[in-house]
Parts: sequence; C-alpha cells; structure tokens
Amino acid sequence: MLALLVFLPIAAFIAILLGAPARLTAISASAMNLVLGLYAAFTWQCGCWSFSLPVLEKPALHLAFGFPDGVSVIMVLLSVIVTLAAVLSGKAPEGREKLYYGSSLLISGGALGAFAATDLFFFYAFHELALVPTFLMIGMLGRGDRRQAAWKITIYLGLGSIILLAGLVWLSNLTGTFNIQTMISNKALVPAESQNGIAALLIVGFGTLVSLFPFHSWAAPAYASAPAPVAMLHAGVLKKFGLYGILRLAIPLVPEGLHFWLTPLLVLLLGNVLWVGFVTISQKRLDTMLGNSSVMHMGYIFLAIAALIAFPGNTLALPAAVVLMFAHGISIALLFGLADRIERNTGSLDFTDLGGLAKAAPGLAFIFGIAAMASIGLPGLANFSGEVLVFLSSFKSYNGTAGLGPVQITCILSIWGVVISAVYMLRAYRNVFQGPSVKSTETAADLTCVERIPALLLVLALFAVGLCPNLLLSLLKQVL
Amino acid sequence: MPAYYLEALTVTLGIFLLMAEAFCSCKSKAWVGVTAAIGLTVIFGLLFISIGPDTMPQADWAKWPLWNFYQFDGLAKFYKGFALICTILVLLMAVDFRKILSRFTELPDSESGTGEFYALPVFACAGMMWLASAKDLAGAFVSLELVTVTFYILVAYMRRNVGSLEAGVKYLILGALSTGFLVYGIAWVYGTTETMSLEKLAHLEHITNPTGLLFGIALVIVGLGFKMGAVPMQVWIPDVYQGAPTPVTAFLSVGSKAAGFILTIRFLEPFLHSDITRGPVLTILLILASATLLFGNLAAIPQTNFKRLLAYSSIAHAGFLLLALAAGKDAPADLSSAKVVSFYLATYLLMTIGVFFILAQVRIQRDGETIRDFNGLGKTNPQLALALTVLLAALAGVPLTAGFWGKFFVFSLAVDAKLWIGIGIAFISAAAGFYYYFNVIRAMWWFSPSKDDVIVLPTISKICISVLTVAVLVIGFWPQPIWALLH
Repeated sequence: MLALLVFLPIAAFIAILLGAPARLTAISASAMNLVLGLYAAFTWQCGCWSFSLPVLEKPALHLAFGFPDGVSVIMVLLSVIVTLAAVLSGKAPEGREKLYYGSSLLISGGALGAFAATDLFFFYAFHELALVPTFLMIGMLGRGDRRQAAWKITIYLGLGSIILLAGLVWLSNLTGTFNIQTMISNKALVPAESQNGIAALLIVGFGTLVSLFPFHSWAAPAYASAPAPVAMLHAGVLKKFGLYGILRLAIPLVPEGLHFWLTPLLVLLLGNVLWVGFVTISQKRLDTMLGNSSVMHMGYIFLAIAALIAFPGNTLALPAAVVLMFAHGISIALLFGLADRIERNTGSLDFTDLGGLAKAAPGLAFIFGIAAMASIGLPGLANFSGEVLVFLSSFKSYNGTAGLGPVQITCILSIWGVVISAVYMLRAYRNVFQGPSVKSTETAADLTCVERIPALLLVLALFAVGLCPNLLLSLLKQVL
Repeated sequence: MPAYYLEALTVTLGIFLLMAEAFCSCKSKAWVGVTAAIGLTVIFGLLFISIGPDTMPQADWAKWPLWNFYQFDGLAKFYKGFALICTILVLLMAVDFRKILSRFTELPDSESGTGEFYALPVFACAGMMWLASAKDLAGAFVSLELVTVTFYILVAYMRRNVGSLEAGVKYLILGALSTGFLVYGIAWVYGTTETMSLEKLAHLEHITNPTGLLFGIALVIVGLGFKMGAVPMQVWIPDVYQGAPTPVTAFLSVGSKAAGFILTIRFLEPFLHSDITRGPVLTILLILASATLLFGNLAAIPQTNFKRLLAYSSIAHAGFLLLALAAGKDAPADLSSAKVVSFYLATYLLMTIGVFFILAQVRIQRDGETIRDFNGLGKTNPQLALALTVLLAALAGVPLTAGFWGKFFVFSLAVDAKLWIGIGIAFISAAAGFYYYFNVIRAMWWFSPSKDDVIVLPTISKICISVLTVAVLVIGFWPQPIWALLH
C-alpha cells in the first residue's frame, strides 16, 4: 500500500511528461496522496501498509516500504500536506508548466520514498532522486543569482551525500545487511573503534543536508532563489531527511560514537541558533531572511537530538525533535508560499521597497502574521509545542547536585534564539505589512478564495498540532 | 553449435561486407552498416545456443587441439555478448554519423570512401570475442593485435581532418610501444615458467625466485594498461578520443576497454591463486588503481571539451574497475572481482554508448563538441536533455541509475579487502566525478542556447538513446538481470 503513496507522484510525473495537463494532474495526485496519507496515519499499525519486492539476491535487497514507528508516519504526513500546498500555491511561468509541476511531484515522491523506505539503499536513493530536480529547478526557474545559488547547493549537497554514503556503506558492511530493522538488531556488530568514525561521517553527511552550522551556507541563497514549490518542499520536507536519518540510523546504531562528538555538536548547534540568528537579523530581503531563519531553527532540533544522545533514556527528546520537525516544516512552507505571493503581487521582496501591504491585502497580512507567530513560537501554534518539548527534554535528567551539564548550558544559551527570532520576524512583518503604503503595495491584490486554500490547509495543521500536540504524540506512543 | 563458429562467422561477415561494398555501385553506404549490425545480431542470437567441449565431450570437434587455446565458460560467453552488443551499437551510431565521415574522407559530400568504416568494426569485434576465450598468451596476443590494428585504421579514418590524423599517429606510436611492453612481458613470463598456457601457469610451485616472473607480470599489466586506459599508459586517451570519429571513440571507450579488462582478468587469474605472486600483483593493481582514479578524475575537472571530458571519465572508470581487481576476491558463488568488473562494464556500456549517441548528434547538428555546445539543450530538446541528464547522472553514480550499482559493488569489494587508501581515493574521485558530470547537466538546463535550432534525431539514434536510457533506469531499480547473465 505504501508503494502506492510513493509511486503516485512519480506516476503523475511520467503522465505529465507524456502530455497530461500539468497543473490538474499535479493537484489531483497530491490531493489523492493527502487522503491516502491521512488514512495511513490512522491505520498505520495494521500490517497492510508494508510492501516488499526483492530486487537483488546477493547482497539481499528489497524495494521495501513500511512504517517501523510513528516517526515515519509523521514525516509522511508532513510530506503529503506540504506537497498539496506547494502545488496549489505555486504559479508556473508561461510555457514551463510541465517542468514546474513535474519536478515538484518528483521531489515529493522522492521525499515520501525516503521516509517510507525500510531498506537502507532506497532510503538513500529516494532522497537523491528528490535532490536532482531540486538542483535543476533552482538553476532553471530560480530568481536573482539563480545559477550561482543552484551550483552552490548542488556542490554542497552532492558532497554531503557522498560523505553520508561513505558512512552508510560502512555501517551496512559491518552489520551485513541493508534492512534497517535488521541492522538495528545487529548493532552489536558495530565495533567500538569504528563508532567514532561512522558517527563523524553521519553527522557531517546528514548535517550538510540539514544545514548544520558551518555546512549551512548553501541554504539561504538557494531558498531565496528557488521557485516557491521547491523552496516549500525542500525547506519544509526534504531537509528533514537528514534529521530523520540521524534519528532512525545514527542514534540506534552508533550511540557511543555520537556521544564522543557531543560537545562539538553542541557548539555547532549553538552556531545555528545564535550565529545564524544574528545573520538572519541583518538580512535586507524577506526571502533570504526566511532562508536563514530556517537554518537557524534546525539548531533546536539538533538540541533535542543532543539531549537524546546525552541521556539515552530520555523519553521527551524524540517526541520533541519530531514535533518540531513537523511544525517547522509546515510553518516554513507557509512562509515561503506567502513570500512568493508577496513577490508576485508587488514585484519585490526587498524590505526597502515594501511597506503597508496590510492595507491592500489584509487576508495575506493576517495569514502571514499567523505564520510569523508560529515561527517565533507563540503558544497555541505547533512550533510552541515543539520548542517547549525541546527545552524540557534537555533538562530531563538534570541533576541538582551535579550542576548544569553541557546540554543544559547549551539549552539556556539557545533560548536566546527565541528572542532573536522574535526580533527578525516582527521586524520583517513591520517592514512588509505596516507603515505607510508605497507605490508597489498600494495596488497589490489580496489572496482570492481559491488562493487561500493552500495557506489555510497549512494554518489548520499548525493550529491542530499547536492546540492538541497529542495528535502527533499519540503516534509516537509506541516509541515512548 | 561449437563456440568457435561465432568468431568464424564474424570474420566471414566482415570479409563478405568488404567484398560486397567494393563491388556495389550504390551511392549511400548506410546499408553496409545496417547489414553488419543485422549480421552481428544474428550471431548474438547464436551465442545462446553455442556450447563448449564440456557439454559434448564425445563429439569430434571437442577433441581438437584448438581447445588448448580457446575456452568457452560463463565469462567468455558474457564478454562475447558484450563485444557483439557494443559493436552493433557502434555500427548503428556510425550509420547516423556518415554525414561527418563523408565530409572528411575521399570526396567531400560523397560517401564513396566510407564503406570500410562499417566493415572494420566487425573484425575488431571478432578479435574481442576471441580475447574473451583466451587460454594461451600467444593466442591472446594475436587476437589483441587484431583489435589494435583495426583501431589504427579506424582512429585515423577521417583522413582530411587534421585532428583525426594526429590521433591516428599518436595511437599508432603509443600502441606499438605498449605492444612492445606486452611482448617483452610475455617473453619474461615464458622464460621463467616455460609455458604460455594460462592453465599451466597456475602451477608455480617449482619457482624458487619469482623476481623474473614478477617483472614479466608487471610489464604485461603495463602493456594491458594501454587497452584498459590505466596509468601509466593513459597519455594517449584524451587526444585520441578527441580526434577520432565519435563512433570510434565510443568503441575505444567501451569495447577496447572491456577487451583489456577481460584479458587482464584471464591473465591474472593463475597468479592470484599462487601465494608467491598474489601479494605483489595486488599491490601493483592497487597502486595503478589509485593513480588512475586520481589522474582521471582530477584532470577531468577543468575540461571544456565534452569529448575530452569523456576521455578523462573513461580513465576514471578504469580506476574503479582496477580497484575491484585489486580487491582480488575470488568467490564463485558470491561477489567476485571478475563478476563486479563485468557488471560494472555492462552498466558502463549502457551509459557511455548512450552519451556518445547524443554527442554524435550534437556534433553533427550544432557542429561542436564543447560543453558550451550543450547550452540550453533543456530548452530546445527537453526529452533529449532529460535522457542525457539520466545518463550523466548514471556515470556520476547517482542512486536509482545503473551507474550507482557498479560503484557500490566496487566499494563493497574494497571494504571487504580493507583497501582503505583505495577507498579514500575512490570517494574523492566519486565526488570529483559528481562535479564534472553535473557541470554538463548545468550547461544543458541553466544556460540559454546560443542558437534556437532544435536537434532532430534520426530514427536509429532516437530508438537507441531511448532504449539505453530506459535500460539505465531499469537496471538502477533492478540490477538482477545483469547478475543473472553472469551466473
């Protein structure tokens, strides 16, 4: 059944290539996928979703999909929601519809495949499948300095993937299998002396894909120049692959190795939260600011991961990371989608060219406000649940007599990140929507009813998880 | 049908084509190429009903002394099929390439001097097929020379083109040099072991001082390095690839390389089983593999001419193949070095020939072979550009394409054999490969075309490109078919 979910977007891509009407096919395929994904979220524990097809005898390899636990269910949900919003809210340039919608579907199919795969090879391969159209789309249909941005993301993520591959090949060679579940049960075969090396490869490899400081500099220019659906899908969904990989593979298989690198990881994630946070404040354009903010928020998720590494019995850290991954994915997709609307309406995303847009487009301003508040972490919205859980999880095994450990100190420092994100988000909101109207914003059109659908879909998800985080947490119960 | 019929039929086909072409007064010579391709396809079909002496030991032909020089095992069958498919595709490519050929041969715009161009690859194919069955160093040498001498002519075929002539001279001189190494090496091997039969070479117990033998082996590997495209005999590759007619470049890059590798596998097999030679031979292979990987991949980075880029990439792939050999694993039921090399070469055939088909058409219709000539192909010919993207991504080793599997198996072998230096270098090389192949993809999709002329593919090229691209994707998902052929 899960294979259907993965191959539906790919089949739709092929259909578009063969001449089916691009936008219609893309929307109907993603809508069907959303229904399937929601259905899967309710029934994932029944065995009916797993799928396995042998592709190679030696070494044994299966094209296999399944839900090993709630984490992949949540990631699949995130992918289907963001995909529908992305294809609905994007607007293809004249004559490039096939490419535009086809690539978006391919990215979505790749992400779904990676999150649903239970076999190491396809876990890696589907992610690569999604990366290639990402590079091509940024280079072809991007804005501004598109070629340079696209070449940069190609080189960074290409190198990151190869480093990651080295780590994965090493792991599968030691455990003697490709099946992730079997790998985890064979984890005794990973000797202590290889753990540090593998962990380093996985941190750098997955870290580059997630824009861990200092491997993050591809992200902001690429998102700023990417066409809206690509930015939404990559920042919202595909980037979570790296975090998902660390949770799924690195933590169970190389715990000692990760522990060895804990202090450097804490320093790096502080780099994400504080360094990139200040960089974000100084941005002069909405799109680069959003790109940087998405890099910054990865720091919190790494903090939850660090808390999990530091105290393996930490029952809060995994839900914290997963809820925040989901929340960030939805909110950043919403922000990128709206930023694209603003640019189409006013022709610019430069703060100096904008102002007073709320007067002409109150609907847009309201929804953007919700998204900005979500991103800051206002209670009631999904990101709040995630961030609170992250901060709580890092104090989970705090021992009053021993004093603050490195994780707690990092947590205290990174709480300042909340202030930083309030500064840049509110400043951006003021610069774009408030103040006197300028020429470009006076005549700007508001969102029409149809255009509100994708935004409302995402807002609904933000509120649902914000008001009732149990929706996601109950999916994770088994892991808890 | 006894297996040696295959070579006999191939040579007969070649001679028949030469005669028919000489006595036919038709203006277009395309039919020679098409006939050759059809003939080879028939021979390819016969391959599946051929048998060796083991299957029918009581037959008369099975007792001939020929079988002291000629063997027919699974590997031989695989490489014979490989040579046939490669030659068929090259011939089809040559048929679509005749416009350029006729411009630089006898009379401009007349095809009168191009007939032999379609007959000669058939002879090279016969040589490669014989090589796959080599069981004796003398026989192997003769068949290798049949391949090489044919290539001397083919490389310099466009005799009114300076580039082609230069390539021909370079290939001739360096080819002769490498032949010298090879013969000298064989002489040393014979001198120390008193036999040329690969079967008897496996029994080296009586040799007390292996220095002379190792010297001979090293010389032979260097000589074969010329065919494989391995350091230190790689210097000819960029210039010859660039100058030779594109179908010949494709043939050199795939067929000739595969011939070099099968002979290397056959030649090294006895020495890898003997304790006195195994260690030094693997060391030599590892050094060659590392040097080849580094040279091929790093030198490819600054290239601006696409054909030259493919030349360096061909050196780079030879490095990966040598790394698989350097792992020296021999486990018939499992992944063995020979099987991985064969698998890698099979995927390499699909990808490389596909790329050369596209390059040939771009060369004809845009009159250039630099990466800049691919600018904006995504805009003018989206489907062609998509195919080339898939093929190049496969060469770079992106997962879900055939190219990934080849590299993956090489890495698995190398990890098993604990060749950490080789693995490190191979990873750097894979990263470099990713960079230079994506450079071309970038040119196709991100830059605007200088001229808005759409490339119109001839039917044969169109079919071949689509089949090869689909095959690359299918093997990427499901590599089992090629393994099945190797079992």
